[in-house]
Order: sequence, then C-alpha cells, then structure tokens
Amino acid sequence: MANIVIDRIRKSFGAFQALKEISLTINDGEFVSLLGPSGCGKTTLLRIIAGLETSTSGDVRIGDRSIIGLAPKDRGLAMVFQNYAVFPHMTVYENVAFGLRMQKADDARVKAQVEKAAGLLHIEPYLDRYPNKLSGGQRQRVAVARALAVEPKVLLMDEPLSNLDALLRLEMRTELKTVLQSAGTTTIYVTHDQTEAMGLSDRIAVMHNGVVEQVGHPVEIYNHPATRFVGGFIGNPPMNFIKVPVSNGQVVAGAEQLAVPEDVGNEIVLGLRGEAVELAPLPQGIEMKVRVAEPMGSHLLLTGSIHDQPVRVILPASETVKSGDTIGLKLDRKRITWLSPESGKSFPAVSA
Amino acid sequence: MTQNRPWIPYLLILPSVAFLALLFVVPLVQTIWLALSDNGAPSLANAERMVTDINFTRSVRNTFLLTIVVVPVQIAIALAMGTMVAKVGRGRETILWIWTIPLGISDLAAGLVWLSILQNTGYFNSLLFSLGVIGRQASWLSYQTPVALFIAIAVAEIWRGTAIVMVIIVAGLNQVPKEFKEAAEIFGAGPWTRFWRITLPLIRPALQSALILRTVLAFEVFAVVYALGGRNFPVLVGEAYNWQNQNQNYSVAAVYAVLIMIISLAATLIYLKALKVDPERLP
Repeated sequence: MANIVIDRIRKSFGAFQALKEISLTINDGEFVSLLGPSGCGKTTLLRIIAGLETSTSGDVRIGDRSIIGLAPKDRGLAMVFQNYAVFPHMTVYENVAFGLRMQKADDARVKAQVEKAAGLLHIEPYLDRYPNKLSGGQRQRVAVARALAVEPKVLLMDEPLSNLDALLRLEMRTELKTVLQSAGTTTIYVTHDQTEAMGLSDRIAVMHNGVVEQVGHPVEIYNHPATRFVGGFIGNPPMNFIKVPVSNGQVVAGAEQLAVPEDVGNEIVLGLRGEAVELAPLPQGIEMKVRVAEPMGSHLLLTGSIHDQPVRVILPASETVKSGDTIGLKLDRKRITWLSPESGKSFPAVSA
Repeated sequence: MTQNRPWIPYLLILPSVAFLALLFVVPLVQTIWLALSDNGAPSLANAERMVTDINFTRSVRNTFLLTIVVVPVQIAIALAMGTMVAKVGRGRETILWIWTIPLGISDLAAGLVWLSILQNTGYFNSLLFSLGVIGRQASWLSYQTPVALFIAIAVAEIWRGTAIVMVIIVAGLNQVPKEFKEAAEIFGAGPWTRFWRITLPLIRPALQSALILRTVLAFEVFAVVYALGGRNFPVLVGEAYNWQNQNQNYSVAAVYAVLIMIISLAATLIYLKALKVDPERLP
C-alpha cells in the first residue's frame, strides 16, 4: 500500500507562512493534483514530500511509514521536474537507467526496465541519443520514463507540461493519463493549469495562500466550489458571483423563487456557472444586460451584468444575441452554489 | 544591414587585430629568430648553450614539479570552495569577495608577504620560538632546505593563484540548474556520486578553462619564486630573466621564452583534447 498521509504540515520562510497546516490523504494508486496560482505553496508541499525541502512541523507518511526524516532516496519515490532535469551528459538510455544504476541493479534488470519504460513513453528510437538533440516533448518523455523505470511507489510531478507548447501539452496530457493509468502509481501532480488538473486527476486539492481550500473530484469542485476562490479559479470563464437580496428565505430571479439556506441575513452571493443558464423571455427570466456578445463557434460567450454586477454566461452557438441586448435568463437551480457574502464560503447544496 | 556591407565586421575588428599583430606577432617572430639564429644565420647554438647550462635541467624539473603539485591542489581547493559557497545563503557575496582578495595582489607582493612570514626573522619562526618548538631561528628558504623551500613556494603559489580558479569554477557551478542535483538526489545518488557523476561533468567547460589558465600561469611562475628562493630554486622564467639581465645574453633568454611558449601550447592542446567539451552534452 502506498497511500500518502500529509499530516498537519507547516512551512515558514522567516515570518512568511508558506504552508499553514496542510492535511491531505491520497489513496493507493490515486492521481491527485495540487492546483493553485503561483505562490500558493503547492510546489513547496511537493518538495517537502520529496525531501528536497524540510517542513517546519508536521508529518508525511507513505504506506504508514513516516518519511519526514528520511533522505529523498530512501522515500521510495520518483519525481518529474518542470524543466525536465534530464542529464545532458548522458544518453537517453543512461538517463532512464540512472535510478536503477543508483540502486545497483544488475545489467539485465536495468535493460529490461529501461526498455519497458521507453516502450511506454515511445522513446525507443532515441535511446542512444543525447537529450540536447531532442525536442521539449521528447525530453519530457525521457524524464517520465526515468521516473517510471524505478517503479516508484509514489510519483511526484512538478508542472511537467508547462514548458511545452499548447498542442503538445494536450497530446502529452492524454498520453500521461494512459501511461499512469496502466502503471497504477500513486501520483501527486502540481499544476497551475486547471484544465490539466481537471482532465488528469481522480481528485484535485485546490490550494490558495498556503491552505487547501477544497479537495474533491474535478466535477464536484467545478459544480460546487467550497469557496469563492475555488469557484473563481476553476472553470473558464470563472464562476459568476452575484450578490442578491434575500426576503423570507428566498431569492427572486425573474418569475422564479429560489430557496436559500436558512440561516442567512438579507443578502447572499449566488454562484453561477456561465453555462448553467438558458434563454427565457422577460420577465420570466432574470434580466441580463449584454455588453459584448462573442460567437466562439462552439458556443456564444456573453459578457454583461446582472443586478449591475459583472457576469459571463455561455449560450448555445445557435442563439442570436447581439451586443447591447437585454435578455432574460432562466437559472439551472440544481447548479447554483450559495455563498456567504462575509466569509466567501459556500453553503451545503439546498434541495430544490 | 551587414548583409549589404559585409566589410563592416572586418573594419570593426581591424584595430584589435592590428594592435595585437604589432605588439604580439612582431615581437614573437623576432624572439623566435633571436632564439634560432647566431650572427644572422639560422643556428641551434643558443639552444645548445641553454641545454648545457648547469641550471637548465633543474629549472625544467622545478617548474614541472611545481606545476604538477600546485595546479591539482588549486583545482581541488577551488572545487571545495565553490561547492561550499553554493550552500551558503546570506553572506555569499561577502565570502566570495574575501576569497578573491588574493586576485588583487601582485605576485611579487605576494612573494614578499610570504617572505616576511618565512624568512629567518619572520613571523613563522617567531611563532615556533614562542611555542618552544625551536630554540633558535630556523632557516626554511635556503639551498640547504630544498624540501622546505619547495613547500613554501608551493603554498605561496596556491595561496595566491587559487582565487582565479575559484572564480571560474563558481561561474561554472552557477550555470548548472539545481534540478540536476535534485533529480540525482531523488533517484538515489549520494553526495559523492552527485559530485562525480553530475556536477563535475556539467562544469567541464569551466574546468577546462581553469586548468588551461592555471597551468599556463604555473609554467610562467617567477616573482613568488624569486622573492622566496632567489636562485636557490631555479625555474624557467627565472632563468630567462637571468640570461637577459645578469648574463646580458638575449639569445639564450629568447630560447627560454620560446621553450616556455611551446610547453604552454602543448599543455593547452592536451587539455583541449583530454577534456573535450561536446556542446551536444551541455545543458
């Protein structure tokens, strides 16, 4: 069992608290992304797990064994770096073999493992070349193969795709998913790219200012963000937040009455995904003033305001809305997230 | 721009080429001619005179011995210094600044500093005397104590010349992204393996530059030796100096100069060959 338990990890750099008591459990074979903007502490957390950085306090256990005091090599993990860190003075073969050589594996095992990893990552044709002759994508494959060749219990990946161009990133993302699914390695993946995290992960831990704001399945995080930050960070366009008046425990949206959680004041924040709406005639729908309409081909993106607050919504490409129009929108009540205006935290979903 | 006027690059480098040709190539040709001619005709008489001189063999042996001892020690110390300072966060600049102080001291001044320490009435003897190790002044720099003299000169040279090696090596180490070492660490390489298998190969270009520079300079060693040992420890450049000034024989001095140049060129070629830097294998 190679489950990972991150137990109240703290890290301070002088007076600055990079990580404020992070706790997180990752199950055996699970793919978990640490997602957040730069400076949120995700890379620091990964480096603490790797043993490249020391934590101020807290514990990390892999398979019930505390690893916090161990040297990186004794932790049973492998890592893929953002800039690949493929050794330029060694051939691709020697790079992939590096971890096994360090473990003093015999030549037959080295050969077998290198060939297996090279096969998975499709780098057999380059085994006797030097990394400088390879493209960024090929170097990244070498880095992944080097990590998989040692059959690690845990694989750590630090923004492994961010140095690739957009097209290659998409291709590598799909391929990584295939490779890692078949390898079944417990993986922690650090990224600031929400589409990467959404596409690859079993679960996502969204981090912000040294705190895990929410852990959950990608769809759950997308539909029901725990905080305003999560809703705003995940999704493109980000979630809309509209402050609306509450009367008698209800919010009026056009002709509809929306029930809100009980213990709220006279205002609440309505969290609305841009695509959780459909066009409805006024006054049945809630009124939106469209400032800009952008036909994107696959959909129609509208930027404007509801209750004088900025919103972005998405309609099917077939709708004909023009810049300057005033339209009515029917909200999908199952996909509404209610948030506290004071704390920015969301209320548990209300049954409609 | 330059495609229309292809002569512009040549025009721009002309002054430096002319300057070097005038003040380097011309004297070089003159020196070689001076060395290999006698009364206006080509001759090996000067070379013969150099080789048969009583100090020739000693000066060759001393120069090589000094180089073989001093250069590896300097490289090793500089690598250690560079690796240590890489671990330092605050105060790194100050440490580097202090370490490079010897760079600003002329070699003759450095020789005199060590002379004031090691001469009969120097600080070293005072220290030994006050500790009761010696009863009266001991002599370290005379022809009767060749080993002590050699060690003194080597130490002074190491003290004086390591800074430049360290500067080059620190620059080389700075070029190596820390992820290489981290990756090696994660995949199981201990500190020594990381140093030998990752760091050293990656700073090969810097190592090559440092070795060439230091070796060439080591073959040209003179002022420190002259200050500490005088003629008790003949070296090649010292002999050239003696033939030129004491013996007023410019031709034999010229043969020495040519010999030193040949040795330096050979050493450089050997380093370039032995430490071949393949641009394909660099970060």
